[in-house]
Amino acid sequence: MEDVTIGLEVHVQLNKLKTKLFCSCPLNYHDSPPNTHVCPVCLGMPGAMPVLNKEAVKAAIKVAMALNAKIQQTVVFDRKNYFYPDLPKGFQISQYDRPLAFGGYVIVDVDGVEKRIDLKRIHIEEDPGKLYYKGSITVAKYSLIDYNRSGAPLLEIVTEPVMKSPKEARAFLNKLRILLEYLDVFDPELEGAMRVDANVSIAGGGRVEIKNISSFKGVEKALNYEIMRQRNLIKMGRKIERETRHFDEAQSITVSLRSKEEEQDYRYFPEPDLVPINVEELMKEVGKLPELPEEKKERLKAQYGISENYAKVLVLDPKMSDYFEIVAKSVNAKIAATWVVDVLRGELNYRGWNFLKCFEKFPPEEFSKLLNYFLEEKITEKGVVEVLRTKLDQGGKVEEIVEKKRLFAIPKSEILNFCKEVIEENPKAVQDYYSGKKQAINFLVGQVMKKTKGRADPEETAKILSDLLK
Amino acid sequence: MKISEWRSEESCYEATAKMLKRIEKSELNAYITVCKDDALKLAEKYEKRELKGKLAGIPVAVKDNITTKNIRTTCASKMLLNYLPVFDAHVVERLKQEGAIIIGKTNMDEFSMGTTTETSYFGVVKNPYDLSRVAGGSSGGSAAAVAADETVLALGTDTGGSIRCPASFCGIYGLKPTYGLVSRYGLIPYANSLEQIGPMASCIEDLALLLEVIAGKDERDSTNVGKSFKFQRSFKDFKVGVLKDMGASEEVMEKFNEVVDKLRKNFYVEEVSLQSLKFALASYYIIAMSEASSNLARYDGIRYGYTEELSGSWTEFFSKIRARGFGEEVKRRILLGSFALSAGYYGKYYLKALKVRKLITEDFKKAFGKFDVLISPTMPSLPFKIGELKDPLTMYMADVNTVPVNLAGLPALSMPIGFVKGLPVGLQVIGNYFEENTILNFAIEVEKTLDSSER
Repeated sequence: MEDVTIGLEVHVQLNKLKTKLFCSCPLNYHDSPPNTHVCPVCLGMPGAMPVLNKEAVKAAIKVAMALNAKIQQTVVFDRKNYFYPDLPKGFQISQYDRPLAFGGYVIVDVDGVEKRIDLKRIHIEEDPGKLYYKGSITVAKYSLIDYNRSGAPLLEIVTEPVMKSPKEARAFLNKLRILLEYLDVFDPELEGAMRVDANVSIAGGGRVEIKNISSFKGVEKALNYEIMRQRNLIKMGRKIERETRHFDEAQSITVSLRSKEEEQDYRYFPEPDLVPINVEELMKEVGKLPELPEEKKERLKAQYGISENYAKVLVLDPKMSDYFEIVAKSVNAKIAATWVVDVLRGELNYRGWNFLKCFEKFPPEEFSKLLNYFLEEKITEKGVVEVLRTKLDQGGKVEEIVEKKRLFAIPKSEILNFCKEVIEENPKAVQDYYSGKKQAINFLVGQVMKKTKGRADPEETAKILSDLLK
Repeated sequence: MKISEWRSEESCYEATAKMLKRIEKSELNAYITVCKDDALKLAEKYEKRELKGKLAGIPVAVKDNITTKNIRTTCASKMLLNYLPVFDAHVVERLKQEGAIIIGKTNMDEFSMGTTTETSYFGVVKNPYDLSRVAGGSSGGSAAAVAADETVLALGTDTGGSIRCPASFCGIYGLKPTYGLVSRYGLIPYANSLEQIGPMASCIEDLALLLEVIAGKDERDSTNVGKSFKFQRSFKDFKVGVLKDMGASEEVMEKFNEVVDKLRKNFYVEEVSLQSLKFALASYYIIAMSEASSNLARYDGIRYGYTEELSGSWTEFFSKIRARGFGEEVKRRILLGSFALSAGYYGKYYLKALKVRKLITEDFKKAFGKFDVLISPTMPSLPFKIGELKDPLTMYMADVNTVPVNLAGLPALSMPIGFVKGLPVGLQVIGNYFEENTILNFAIEVEKTLDSSER
């Protein structure tokens, strides 16, 4: 893929803020009826004027700092002029030739190899409203407009064209998402939280821009399709022309939107209703950034003595490492890491959940209690998994689940007694064992399990039996 | 009519009713909407002493590009023919807080784009001194209403002379405040970086009072500096600069020079030339039209304003709506502004215009290092005959003396200094930033000078 060049423009909604970018409408519109989170400003009513939400700029500064970008001294805005029904003013307030920050980079891990992805710029802009088509865009007789999203604060992060494969693009987006979560400015779960435009070209051909891809998987799919499409054209001896294409998520294909000649002229000029803001003061208010993944990984290794691999996985999700750290307060850290990373994470993935949800479904304090039952040999490893699943799926208290399912393990001394009984009661099986049929021991274990109603640990039981039969 | 005269009326209600009748019978076409019932209700309230404030019981006319909650606000455009704003402009809130009677919404050039009100969808405003002539624009309705006792006070807006021009043509006082002194929240924008809302009245005292009411902090306008205004009488020896670059027709110049000569007796008067002013008109129109092309993009027939049920694509829809809803001058300015902002021309026009703007600002700053006020004829000619300005360029030329002030963001007053052929002539008094008090005090001195020698 050395001949492929990919650049991304990522639109991130700073959706953890309380209010929109230029008015005081609340941002928590995601579950609200259409056009209920609007005011004269975000509806572009004549005479209404924008007032910059400084918190949005502070959040953007945090992101720029975390991405190692060079923040400019003043924040200024421009108007990007174009007509579209979702754009109530007929222009979008954005930043043109003087963005919030230039440069910056992110180090990503692609199949175990580190790669530096350089950034071109980061700027702040307002989100347009959203169009709805009854049925689909092709069959709908009309479109409906919801301006709840209008004026939501967006950050556009533009990379240099440095990625060589869809996989690298995906790795970059993942890393970016994790950083944003650490900064607590972004909730990836909300609709429209991250949207991507991807530029892709194959050596010698024109640059093709794929617009408005709305999911991570979509980016990889769109790029894979587009690279295949361009390669096929090249094979047929055709030239790749510069154009803009649209990604059809349902069919996983890209469709031509407009050619270079039809490119819009946005007639940018400085927004006269806003005044330049000095960044210095806001930088002071932002202060130090929270702990970022790299630092956190090193700290987890040093503080808890866990391996590089566990630490690496734990910091992929700040909520997962938070969870781990709470569990590790009362449980041996290495054991806590194993259970959180290897078992709990798998169970959550299986259910399509994340650790944020886990905090609610299975608080770490309770998980610690469960692990301690295991460490005190009160329940078996199998028992832990069973409680875990029950807890996630049905809720309830850990000790009650253990009680109800009769999962408390039987003390070793008691198992020894049962083993002795079983040996006495089953002379035939014992005979078989001595005559070389080693699998006969499984039958004996089964008998013990029957007597204990499954509460004995099978491995433990087998070991006791073979010791007794020596 | 002065506030003092209004206050001497026996019944506010009767006076208001009389004024409303005058408006009804008027040939001037000063109003687009008259708030008859509300005005009478408020007058009644005033008589019951339920209306309090600095402007309690005083009729104020509001230019129709300033939003008034539940009172239709048209910008004299078909595009907003039936537009009912859901909020009050900051200045309207202030008027209401101070007990004013909003008597109506005044006629103007469509979206303030004009110097004669001839671009109004509602027809031209006639000059109270000569019905065959224009009242000036774009705040022509406000000026004519003040001059003809169809209100006591009025609000206008001034983007390139829109308060001063009609004030001059109608023989009243009109002040364009320093950029940032009065909140623009609720002013439907033509060119945001240039315009201010300002007072219009028939005497300096009233003008100052209205400015006191509307000036001040409003966080909803980020360009508002948060300063308030309080009129203070002061006496000093004004240093007066006569702007050589701002001329007028012979007859107007004669009147102007007469005044200058009288001022020489009392004040230090010197001619001054600002080199950059010759580029002002070009710079002004590029900036104003560029901003306008963007400001007026929101009128697409979807959320409010003029609309029709049309079939076809989105582009066809909004293009038709805009073609039918806007008048010719508005369309011309949108086209020119869009052109000036286009890729490849932006540097040649818009950026160059900004450079000129900076030069003009610096030239003025230098001049104010030496002078307290700068004066010129407000308008380069007497009020035009209706239909006299045939092509747009001639109309644009009429703003030559007023636009530099907007480019620099300075405050400027137009005050009457007498008549030529029975038509009023206005004097423009430009002050340094936030020196509205200097301007007004100087204006009082000018009046004294003129009175003592009889106008």
